[in-house]
Amino acid sequence: MSVLQMETESAAVNERPSAENYLNCSHGFWSWAATRDHKRIAIMYLISVLGAFLLGGIFAILIRMELWTPQRTIMDHDTYNHTFTLHGAVMTFLFIIPSIPAAWGNFVLPVMLGAKDVAFPKMNLASYYLWVGGALFLLAAIVLGGLDTGWTFYTPYSTTTNSSVITASIGVFILGFSSIFTGLNFIVTMHTMRPVWMTWFRMPLFLWSLYATSIIQVLATPVLGITLTLLVAERALGIGIFDPKLGGDPVLFQHFFWFYSHPAVYIMILPAMGIISEIISVFSRKPIFGYRFVAYSSIAIALLGFLVWGHHMFTSGQSRISAIVFSALTFSVSIPSGIKVFNWLATMYRGSIILTTPMCYALSFIFLFTIGGLTGLFLGALATDIHLHDTYFVVAHFHYVMMGGTLVSFIAGLFYWWPKMTGRMYSEFWGRLGCFGVFAAFNLTFFPQFILGARGMPRRYYNYPPEFQLYHQISTVGAFLLGASLFVAAFTLIHSLFRGRKAPANPWGAASLEWQTSSPPPLHNFESDPCAGDPYDLDSQIYDPDLSGYRFRVESERLHSTNDSAI
Amino acid sequence: MHKSTVTPITAHANHEHIPSIRSLVATFAILIVLTVVTLYGSTLSLGSAEIWFSMGIASVKAVLVALFFMHLKHDKPFNVLIVVFSLAFAAIFIGLTMVDANAYQTEINTYVESELK
Amino acid sequence: MLNQTAANVVGSQGQENHEQSHPRFLAHHFHSSEQQFDSGKLGMWLFLITEVMFFSGLFCAYAVYRSTHPEIFIYAHQFLDANLGATNTIVLLCSSLTMALAVRSAQTSQQKMLVVYLTLTLIFAAVFLSIKYVEYSHKWHAGLLWAGDFHPVAGHEHAHDGDGQDAGKTTVMPRDVGVFFSIYYALTGLHGIHILGGMGAIIWILIRAVRGDFNAEYYAPVDFVGLYWHLVDLIWIFLFPLLYLIH
Repeated sequence: MSVLQMETESAAVNERPSAENYLNCSHGFWSWAATRDHKRIAIMYLISVLGAFLLGGIFAILIRMELWTPQRTIMDHDTYNHTFTLHGAVMTFLFIIPSIPAAWGNFVLPVMLGAKDVAFPKMNLASYYLWVGGALFLLAAIVLGGLDTGWTFYTPYSTTTNSSVITASIGVFILGFSSIFTGLNFIVTMHTMRPVWMTWFRMPLFLWSLYATSIIQVLATPVLGITLTLLVAERALGIGIFDPKLGGDPVLFQHFFWFYSHPAVYIMILPAMGIISEIISVFSRKPIFGYRFVAYSSIAIALLGFLVWGHHMFTSGQSRISAIVFSALTFSVSIPSGIKVFNWLATMYRGSIILTTPMCYALSFIFLFTIGGLTGLFLGALATDIHLHDTYFVVAHFHYVMMGGTLVSFIAGLFYWWPKMTGRMYSEFWGRLGCFGVFAAFNLTFFPQFILGARGMPRRYYNYPPEFQLYHQISTVGAFLLGASLFVAAFTLIHSLFRGRKAPANPWGAASLEWQTSSPPPLHNFESDPCAGDPYDLDSQIYDPDLSGYRFRVESERLHSTNDSAI
Repeated sequence: MHKSTVTPITAHANHEHIPSIRSLVATFAILIVLTVVTLYGSTLSLGSAEIWFSMGIASVKAVLVALFFMHLKHDKPFNVLIVVFSLAFAAIFIGLTMVDANAYQTEINTYVESELK
Repeated sequence: MLNQTAANVVGSQGQENHEQSHPRFLAHHFHSSEQQFDSGKLGMWLFLITEVMFFSGLFCAYAVYRSTHPEIFIYAHQFLDANLGATNTIVLLCSSLTMALAVRSAQTSQQKMLVVYLTLTLIFAAVFLSIKYVEYSHKWHAGLLWAGDFHPVAGHEHAHDGDGQDAGKTTVMPRDVGVFFSIYYALTGLHGIHILGGMGAIIWILIRAVRGDFNAEYYAPVDFVGLYWHLVDLIWIFLFPLLYLIH
């Protein structure tokens, strides 16, 4: 019902004089560059990771253009190696890992908790500048000789190539610290900054997913740090721990690397799942189904994620016994993931689904993540993995999870919290159009890659047999359409900054705390201390045409609430 | 799950346990004694038990430092929990990697020996 | 990084007036100094477990090589002087004691003793590094470097041999002995860097202690630097038998 009313470009804007908020409370360069306000840091992070996403996207387009023909199209093989490495490294370390926690986590975590800020605001700012420092090192690596090891830095190639591995490793090491600082800050904030009435089980599920993410960031990232330290020492001094020539063991490097990088996959997807839990519930107008199961499944995914790293190494020379154990453990991760998907579906069942832009992205997420998750089973099974390992099947699988999952959820969050962040509403029509484009173009890009991979097209190859050309060309067309759709989404949001109508405090009728303060929020988040009930008690909100948004339902308006919640 | 760690907001700060000088010095003395014991133990021919002997003593020393010097004995249970937790994950990391490395070592050794011949 | 953690606790000078009086050291977003202290402490412990995980990588490398190539470790340990290692263990334990006493002095507002104990801790740390320097320079001259630069100089090899009964058994050098020294330098080197970082943090605390910043109401930075220092000691407690006492 509300969407139509919201879309009418009526001048019935919020008539309250625009109060001071976190955006206009101070001005000038240093008021941003030296800010400790988590909301401003979140915006700085948001712009920066989107910049990194653009850079990684340009590399992706270059890769797809090169693959248009079976032979050389636009670049030589060496440049191609650099391009896919930088695409992977930039997307993984600069975009996906920080994206949701650092941008959305920073923006909404303290507000959802009803706190004024995160526990360590200066550390939060330091985390941002560490990200900038790490990004500069990675960019320097691009300029100083590039990087052609693949984003995984596997030895012994990474110790023998003459591209700038050391610079890139230092960059990733610094980015790791940035990530640790974010995670550490979030754990402490959730433990000590919650007001007494905000118990663990009154926390929105996004916070549970951030908590699980932070556990991984704190426990796993240091192992990446030591791995890269040893890699740098290997290249600079020749310490030989990973170098078979000197008695070292390259498989050990893979153990080290994947002990971080597999859990890191859950750093990427868990917060994405958290955003989906919020959006599905709000736009189905129903409390989330099985709150505790969804909450615990986040923690379960985080913990199980530490036990399965060996499934990246089935063909590496790992022993058979470990391969069997890791394969068996891998399937256990599908249980909590399945719990989440089924709970989202059960939430939507008999709900009043409102297809706003964030909801469209959330539905895309469920579809794409399910495909990504199910194809993961083929790769977790030993026999099929021998065939599919290092083919485009793997490439398609992780793009469905990472891009169809994390990126789509990141954009869902962008459209969901945009009114809160900027105080502006965007055009639902263009938002939904962008979403449809992203969904269709995404499948066009990556679905053919499953077929390519199953038929034996190896990843990271620059040439290929002519019979694969059709699939590659479909994929390349899809990539261009995907890029165009993302620009539609971007322009929708940018346009709203100038032409969008003012956002009400609660445009979606959500019950979590960030919607109970003005849009955009004041510097200290709340004018007066908020009081939280159940974050999914959506019946507590009622649409008020005067506000063109939702407000708390007065007791006399609670007619059907008892019936509804009984369902 | 973590309910016990919710911090009530109270007005006054009465931070934490203050250890007595006696307990700190006693801890230190035991640590020194244990260092001497482990040094002496290394001169005995304990064979393969040696690593367990010295690691056992090192662990006792580590627990003493954590409990008394780092005040974990009087700290919040959650802080103890995260330490135990991190040790468990370090153990998983080291343990599974060791199991694997030992399992594929025979293949490497066969290869190396054939190369040397 | 440590400074960052602890510095946050100091926070900005609380300008607003809350219901209760807001002490100078209490950051604006905390309700009480207890909340601030608990946050800092939890943050510090989380930081310490990242250190544990960081070192666990090196312990993992050690465990893998020791279990797959025991002969290297048995052969190579004789180049390490167990007496110097034991001395350094005791020196670090002394510094841990003085650090613990420093924290206690801060808790009990004994500002002079705080300065004395922190200075003693710094001195012990410097002694530790000096002994480490002696060990390193000896190995450097003997050519006992990491695998890539391993070139043992004849004649130096048994200079440190404290236990002659073993030396006879291991006259033939096994292959890849350099890997032991790679692990040795990685472990002790990173540990040494942590000692240096700890000394930096102690100097920072010492300057503030001289200024009289700490008392029974506010001593969190001393406590947190102490925790870090004890962790560095803890790691050495394991390094000593693992590297110096192998049979």
